Amino acid sequence: MSVVGERLQPTIFELSRPGRGGGKIPHPPKDALDRIPASARRATPAALPELSEPEVTRHYVNLSQLNYSVDTGFYPLGSCTMKYNPKINEWAARLPGFAGLHPMAPDAVAQGTLQLLHELEGMLAEISGMDAVTLQPAAGAHGELTGILMIRAYHRSRGDVDRDEVLVPDSSHGTNPATATMAGFRTITIPSASDGGVDIDAFKAALGPRTAAIMITNPSTLGLFERRIGELLEATHAAGALAYMDGANLNAILGHFRPGAAGFDVMHFNVHKTFSTPHGGGGPGAGPVGVRAHLVPFLPAPRVIREDDGSYRLERPGERPASIGRMRSFFGSTGVLVRAYAYIRAHGGSGLREVSDDAVLAANYLKVRLRDTYQVPFDRPCKHEFVASAADIKHRTGVRTLDIAKRLIDKGYHPPTIYFPLTVEEGMLIEPTETESLETLDAFADALIEIAHEADADPDLVKSAPHLAPVKRLDEATAARQPNLRWRGMTGAQMPCPD
Amino acid sequence: MVPGDLRYTKDHEWVRVDGDEAVVGITQYAADQLGDIVFVELPAVGRALGQHDAFGVVESVKAVSDLFAPVAGEVTGGNEALGGSPELVNSDPYGEGWMVRVRLADAGQVEALLDAAAYEQLVAEG
Amino acid sequence: MPYGPHAADDRARMLETIGIDSVDALFDDIPEALRAGPLALDEPEPELELSVRLQALAGRNRTDLASFLGAGAYRHWTPAVVDQMLLRGEWYTAYTPYQPEVSQGTLQSIYEYQSLLAALTGLDVVSASHYDGGAATAEAALMTCRATRRDRILVSRAVHPHYRETLETYAEGAGLAAEEIPLVAEGPLAGTTDLTALERLLADPERPVAGVVAAQPNVLGLLEDMGEIGRLAHGAGALFVSVIEPVSLAVLAPPGEYGADIAAGEGQPLGIPLGYGGPYLGIVACSDALIRQIPGRLVGMTTDQDGRRAFVMTMRAREQDIRREKAASNICTNQALLALAASIYLSAIGPHGLRDVAATGASRAADLEAALAGAGAPRLHGAPYLNELVVRVPDARAVHARLLERGILAGIPTADLLPDEPALADGLLVCATEVTTGAEIDRFAAALRAELAGMPVAGGAA
Repeated sequence: MSVVGERLQPTIFELSRPGRGGGKIPHPPKDALDRIPASARRATPAALPELSEPEVTRHYVNLSQLNYSVDTGFYPLGSCTMKYNPKINEWAARLPGFAGLHPMAPDAVAQGTLQLLHELEGMLAEISGMDAVTLQPAAGAHGELTGILMIRAYHRSRGDVDRDEVLVPDSSHGTNPATATMAGFRTITIPSASDGGVDIDAFKAALGPRTAAIMITNPSTLGLFERRIGELLEATHAAGALAYMDGANLNAILGHFRPGAAGFDVMHFNVHKTFSTPHGGGGPGAGPVGVRAHLVPFLPAPRVIREDDGSYRLERPGERPASIGRMRSFFGSTGVLVRAYAYIRAHGGSGLREVSDDAVLAANYLKVRLRDTYQVPFDRPCKHEFVASAADIKHRTGVRTLDIAKRLIDKGYHPPTIYFPLTVEEGMLIEPTETESLETLDAFADALIEIAHEADADPDLVKSAPHLAPVKRLDEATAARQPNLRWRGMTGAQMPCPD
Repeated sequence: MVPGDLRYTKDHEWVRVDGDEAVVGITQYAADQLGDIVFVELPAVGRALGQHDAFGVVESVKAVSDLFAPVAGEVTGGNEALGGSPELVNSDPYGEGWMVRVRLADAGQVEALLDAAAYEQLVAEG
Repeated sequence: MPYGPHAADDRARMLETIGIDSVDALFDDIPEALRAGPLALDEPEPELELSVRLQALAGRNRTDLASFLGAGAYRHWTPAVVDQMLLRGEWYTAYTPYQPEVSQGTLQSIYEYQSLLAALTGLDVVSASHYDGGAATAEAALMTCRATRRDRILVSRAVHPHYRETLETYAEGAGLAAEEIPLVAEGPLAGTTDLTALERLLADPERPVAGVVAAQPNVLGLLEDMGEIGRLAHGAGALFVSVIEPVSLAVLAPPGEYGADIAAGEGQPLGIPLGYGGPYLGIVACSDALIRQIPGRLVGMTTDQDGRRAFVMTMRAREQDIRREKAASNICTNQALLALAASIYLSAIGPHGLRDVAATGASRAADLEAALAGAGAPRLHGAPYLNELVVRVPDARAVHARLLERGILAGIPTADLLPDEPALADGLLVCATEVTTGAEIDRFAAALRAELAGMPVAGGAA
């Protein structure tokens, strides 16, 4: 593992010593808090650590070096789209004009940001074939909730109040059924067909007067385009239901397929996947939602409006009464959206199509390189990702996909997505993205093939991996049975400090 | 080999009759499938269960599974030891890892469940 | 393509290995009728031109104003070390730490964040983050319903209106009822939650309440009797959600000390730029009893097989990828990098520094109050405040607009923030922090005096 630093670090609480640090803020007058009643004041100071700036720096630099990252190496995580995060985007988001703008500032002082957001909505609408876009949701799951709540509002506005079911394929991301529940719907899970796609006939059988929506990922979470999508969308609308597309896999179809034009009523984008905004160790992302015209009245408020004189303003309260309301405190995760805007402008339409072309090409190349060593269950071209199975290896050697994943760490790679979707036994979902060189793809394929050989020759080596990471396999059972979720006490330690 | 004196369900629960009560747990097969059990959510004493009602949840590190009542009746007790030691379900699923006691509403329901041989065949068929 | 990695013949080699002539063959399975034409977007923009465009857009925002605007997002000084650390690619380009062996940096930083916020809030369990204060408050309210199996939530009108609106959106979807607790209209407690009304709302035996939500400080900057609100809530079998502002917790009693079951709030003041509303940091914390109800990720400390201390995401079975339709929340991607920013900020500022930030803000706010009162705009309320307050200004919207022309962002008219509160028709909600200067305060007061002096005298009482 090419991690520069392998040193585990004590916590900031263990580094704390009274009197360290401080000096960043001028001291207030001694009587500054006298007018605050004692009953509202803290009885004891907050037990926060005291560190000097050099210690803070070393702590966070050393910790960072325990992380794998896109800037470090290849992350073939299926369904995550770990593409390169362009640095101009970081520069742009930090421009003081963007970073220093208060979310409740009057429209007149926010014209630059409002213009950017308005243009971004238009670009996303064009990319997706939708009529309008909201930029409010903070993540894909947040976008899903927004979209499903709009569908709910749509049906209710038409007096169609008995639709309480959402149909979801069993291969869907867990957020889909969880979203349906949050919006008050029952999830009906439809098993997939044997060719890896959704079972259109099973969907048709389940569609009916109680169906509010179907939620489909296209390409599917197995990386396969739904060839009968047109038929499914027709059947959905014929039953009076609406079609939601989970846009997590949009990187496969930019410039090739526009979901709104094809018949989807609403979809979300994951800008931290398709549009290169960084993953941040678990966010922030953003999950804008695109809709066809019939759902526009229900979009979250406020929208940004462009006036005839070219100026921009936010909608006033009550201006669009059918709106589902707010999904969050303010307009959106603007800093993230600035990055997505820069990315789309850098590429243009032709560039985005090339992104998908190269993403799909890379995935199919890897699939061909691996198909003799691992099983690739579906004998057709994939899109931007594919599933490989280690079921044969497991039956032959006892080595499981989990072990292979941990051994990949020793080879210097982040493992692919494992055991998702659950419909393939001992599955690895591999998504290279379009920003990886051929050398990287080949070296990764070589590493996976090498591990397969190791599984035959020395299975214990693989089963006990990783050997070269800063920590080995963890005791996750104790972590869950006896949760230790916060540091207790500023002096001493529950466990020996690594140093 | 599963204990011969118990009855089983297709959802991998077992039942042992003890007087007018049934003791219920999950089988070794189920525990193995789930992996290290970390938490068991049990129903309150006094709750009335219908047969096949979801009465609780078993959580492992990476999975979660509903528990379905193999027989109808009133809950008379839950295994409190599982609060501090959920791993008992893995290590001794038919003994210390028991989950609930239920006052049987209909003893005939137990007879209709799978016997050891039928359950083992079910597991073998996958 | 600006970030494409391929050398001249790489694509050809890949096509040859696959055995096709053109990449188009890989898209044949898209039905012809559904294939897209060229996207109608502007031409690709190389980095130089793109940077000029972005500079121009940023330049169209005015950030040169003397700003006294708070209302849920606050100007603070962020020590330079925070952004320097956040610029490290190992932090911001890392993925969610599902493979703990290669993610100990992110995992330990989240554990430290959980610990820091536990110390600040006085509550034991802190989630790894939520989207922002509004979404966090909404999900905290949903928690109370799940935990009590009741479906009625009471929310003070002194909770930020955007948070209340978000809560209503979430509640509507979940089939829950959210009702408002009115404010005291007059007297020394004007602008705070009406506890008599709260007691009445809690007293209906047919409609038991799951949770009571109140903010400290509240949206008007006023300090509430949170202990009493908690007592009333618990007396009726309801849970108590406190909406908090994290910097204030350096000096104000934290939720854990006054009996809140859940705390929710906005972490933006902890080293995160204003950024027109995001990305921000949703804080959710709860007592140990509610640990299985809290939405979002949790990181725990454990050991590896060799006994090394290590950190791992834990209690995962609560989350959507495992529980699916039975998950408490659908949240997946959260705001991890912002939680890191908050942690670095707190580490750099330290407990005394954070106290100084809060106390200096309070001191500047007292100066602001005096200066504006001297200019003819006294405080509207009598209850104590920390660093945000409402001052009485006739025709506040017009005055606000004219002050803006003079380069002063005079907070926000309370008529705009809370249009349904007649008592707030003529007010400006203003705030001061440690970055507010005496010169700015003087400028504001002088401009306000001039505006008020130039206005026609009102015929009756304001």
